[in-house]
Amino acid sequence: MNEKKHNPLDLDGPNFNPNMYLDKIFKEYSLKQILDHETEIVKDTQTLHSDMQTLVYENYNKFISATDTIKKMKNDFKKMETEMDLLASNMASITSSSDQINNTLHETRQRISELSGVHALLQKLQFLFKLPTTLKARMEEKSYIQATQDYLHAQRVLQQYGDMPSFQGIKSDCESILTELKAELRKQFCNPNASAKELTESVDLLLKLNEPAKELCMEFLTCAEKRLAEQLVMLKDQSEQRDIIEFVDLGCSGFLSDLCLIVASFHDMFINRVHMEHLENSDIFENFAAVELDNFVKDNMKKYFELVQNKVDSEQDVGDTSVLVQALDRFYKRIESNTLCKDIDFANVAAEIVINAGRKQCKAHLQILKMHFADSLTKIRQSLTTTKLITQDEPPKNLNDLLNSLVLTVVEKVKGVLQDLVVFLQPDINFANKPQFKDSFCIDNVREGLVVCFLHHLTATARSFCAKGASDPNVPPTLLLLLSKFCIDFQNGHVHLLLSQTDELFEINPKQNSALTYETEINNTMQESAQELLNYFVRIQGLNCSQMLRKSVETRDWLHTIEPRTVRAVMKRVVDDISSIDSTVAQLYEDQGNGTEHSSDSSRKAHSVSLPRHQYRSNWSNYAPNPLDSALVSNMHRLFSERIDIFSSVQFNKISILTGIIKISLKTFMECVRLKTFSKYGLQQIQVDTHYLQLYLWRFVSDENLVHFLLDEILGSAAHRCLEPVLMEPSVVDIICERG
Amino acid sequence: MDNDNSVIYGLEFQARALTPQLGETEKIRFLIGTQSLNQTNNQIHLIEFNEEISTLKTSVFHHSDGEIWKITSSPLDANKISTCYNALTGENGCTMKSAILKLPEIENHDAIENLEILTELDFSTCGSEIRTTEFHPNESNTAASLTDSHLILWDISDTRGRNISSITNEGKTSAKFTNGKWNPHQNGNQFSCATETHIKTYDIRSGELAWSLDNAHCQFVRDMDYNMNKLYHLATCGDDGFLKIWDYRQPGSPIFSRSDHSHWIWCVRFNPFHDQLILTASSDARVLLSSAASVSSENISETLIAEDRDGLDAKQKLKDGPLQWCEHEDSVYCAEWSPAEPWVFASLSYDGRLLISHVKKSLKYQILL
Repeated sequence: MNEKKHNPLDLDGPNFNPNMYLDKIFKEYSLKQILDHETEIVKDTQTLHSDMQTLVYENYNKFISATDTIKKMKNDFKKMETEMDLLASNMASITSSSDQINNTLHETRQRISELSGVHALLQKLQFLFKLPTTLKARMEEKSYIQATQDYLHAQRVLQQYGDMPSFQGIKSDCESILTELKAELRKQFCNPNASAKELTESVDLLLKLNEPAKELCMEFLTCAEKRLAEQLVMLKDQSEQRDIIEFVDLGCSGFLSDLCLIVASFHDMFINRVHMEHLENSDIFENFAAVELDNFVKDNMKKYFELVQNKVDSEQDVGDTSVLVQALDRFYKRIESNTLCKDIDFANVAAEIVINAGRKQCKAHLQILKMHFADSLTKIRQSLTTTKLITQDEPPKNLNDLLNSLVLTVVEKVKGVLQDLVVFLQPDINFANKPQFKDSFCIDNVREGLVVCFLHHLTATARSFCAKGASDPNVPPTLLLLLSKFCIDFQNGHVHLLLSQTDELFEINPKQNSALTYETEINNTMQESAQELLNYFVRIQGLNCSQMLRKSVETRDWLHTIEPRTVRAVMKRVVDDISSIDSTVAQLYEDQGNGTEHSSDSSRKAHSVSLPRHQYRSNWSNYAPNPLDSALVSNMHRLFSERIDIFSSVQFNKISILTGIIKISLKTFMECVRLKTFSKYGLQQIQVDTHYLQLYLWRFVSDENLVHFLLDEILGSAAHRCLEPVLMEPSVVDIICERG
Repeated sequence: MDNDNSVIYGLEFQARALTPQLGETEKIRFLIGTQSLNQTNNQIHLIEFNEEISTLKTSVFHHSDGEIWKITSSPLDANKISTCYNALTGENGCTMKSAILKLPEIENHDAIENLEILTELDFSTCGSEIRTTEFHPNESNTAASLTDSHLILWDISDTRGRNISSITNEGKTSAKFTNGKWNPHQNGNQFSCATETHIKTYDIRSGELAWSLDNAHCQFVRDMDYNMNKLYHLATCGDDGFLKIWDYRQPGSPIFSRSDHSHWIWCVRFNPFHDQLILTASSDARVLLSSAASVSSENISETLIAEDRDGLDAKQKLKDGPLQWCEHEDSVYCAEWSPAEPWVFASLSYDGRLLISHVKKSLKYQILL
């Protein structure tokens, strides 16, 4: 466009340069074209010209009318000007009159504003006047908050005008109502039914009413104490009826949450708040309050712990462990999660209770185990005595069965107890992971206190039968035998089993802890008591046989006796008894610990009859009434045989046990014989008896020479004590013995 | 075996009666009575031990009245002894008797003589088995005999013993007296008897039971001995193989109890001078010398010394338990301390072997120092 505008060649443009345009046309166009162009331009000019003419014509009228209008307007304006002047004068008069009015009204307006101020004041006073009644109404409605707020509103005014006589009435009224209100609040404060929230509300209000915080704090605590005490009493009442979980829940939801609430509100009300209000005293008060609170919490927790402890204690006599553990866990968790008091870690106390409970539980279990063991012992005792009464020869597996069932039940019981106690260590139990608990529980309580203690109890019980034996002759000897085998069985594995299982279950590393009782130690005591029992058994049985032999020797008049025809019945009794002991022992103990030279029965028997006869008949068959010879022979014999310990320890096999019994019996026989004086027939009776014993006793002992030797001594002693030492023909003795 | 400090004396007969010559406090003398059914063979041997040269001097006397079951000596008169013996009466019969005998003043080694009978005792009404005749500890004219059923008090001033009083064993008829002894304390007014498992002590003035230890042992009580140096202390032994010391004011349980023998204990003796030493003889053919220092009369002074000198002497104090033993070949029924020499004791086994032994020197010094 710009170009167009500035283009001097544009016919219609304002910068049109006719010369340039002509030059250009002359240069560029041909003649014809120029001519054409000239005509065209002429034509255009003509059209434009005519167009102009029409335009002018057309606009002419408009010009005329416009001129007319302008003329009219000129007139109008002139009119306007005059009117305007009029208006200005009018306006001036208006302002002056308004000023005038203003001046006149000023005084009245001031009075009005004064009056409205008085009105507002009056309204306030009205509130004050109404205050007692509103307060009263609020009191009646029990909306103490509102009442307090109302009072606080008016308080300053009252303070300001309190000494004016007209307000004194109101003030005193208010104050009396206020004291009433305070009393009411205090009452609510002490109302046992009020919830903790209400309590805090009351305290809050009282504080707002400027009651002394210390007093309030004390009062608050006493009230809280009362309430908690009630809770505690309630808990105590309930503790007997409810089971322990319910009890703990009750404690948590009732007592503990109340206590928490109290502590929290106490913090809110006294400790944190005071800080903001009275800056100068706050530190002292805060300390005071904190100490009070601590003491309060301590006291109450102590009571609560006592209760819980009691409940836990009582529960342990009856309850099952998992319930107990669950309850303890809840209890511990609850205590642990609350930090009621900065200085005291109640979790520790709670842990203490839990540990105590663990210990008690172990003890209770130990007691149960002991009782159970005692029970099974009595049962076994009974069954031992009754079977003996009913059938002389017991079923062969009976004793072994008894033993196995005893071992099994004891082991199973212990295992059961361990399983039961493992509940304490379940991973989801909170206190189980505390080393404080774990150490004392696993090692001191379970392993040492329960398992080791029980094992010691087993040996102690077993041993008590030996010690008591003198005063309690009713203990069946078989029981001693059984117990000794029982101890051996324990030594050979069950001790290890139980201890290792304990270690495993309770994650005890026996190598790390030197305070632990070692397995070998227990095994040793087991071994010792087994030995003791077995020795005692041998002594008892030996004594029984001895007693028979002793009576048989002591009560007979050996000087006036007839020629022996039979073996005395006592000898048969002795042999019978010994073989019955043999069969009893055989049920529990192996024949031999180490093989001795017992060859096949039949050949041995024949041998044993013949061999000693040659050996020792020779001593006595041609016995001359010269005591020196025989004494010499006997002494020689003694010289070359080993010394015999009569009450010696026996080994854990049948042969050794039987040998012990026979030794004791025969030695007694000998000592009794030595105290008597015999006639010929008396000696011969002893000869028959010893031969009979010879025939039947060899098979029970490891070294038959021992029996031969002892019997030989008996006969020798009898011969010494005989007035007329003449022995019977061996063949006759044989016949008598074989006849039975 | 501690034979290196023992002297052996062999008899040709079996024997179960031994006593020290209690009245003789200069020489170490023991008396043995033999036991042979061939009654004329029986002898009493008086053995004197010369400690310095370790030799024995013996005198033998006949005791042709019968086999000797028990021999005792008078503590007041060295020459008085008593024997309980079994005399044969005709065909296949025998009765027990007891008599007070007199040892001759002058030693005569040429001939073996019978001992003079001072007092004969008549037991016709008081039981058949005579256990012992014990001289009264203080009164020379009094003795007590114990039979299976009676305790008889004799006046022995005459040739025939006068029966002063007799106490009958009440209770079970089958419970026989087995052994007895005077209580040397209490003015000699008490006589203790063993019957079965009990000890019964009678007050001889009234004949009443003074005190008793019931079930002192769980089998027969064989012997007892009073501690001369400590009141109320009594040692007992029995078939259960236990040696027990009692304070008889507390009859419930013994104050000392050991079982070191492997068979019955037949005899127990306190050392009259050092009563922590106790001798026991057993049918396991052993004689044990044990210490009961913890209950001995020397215990208190010893602990005082131990406190004074502290650790050095503490270990020197004797421990309770066996100290020394002698082995025999047969049952030992008797063991006795010498009343003349505190460190010498004799033991007699059934096969007729007497062993005179010393307490080991080390022990001796330990006790003395």
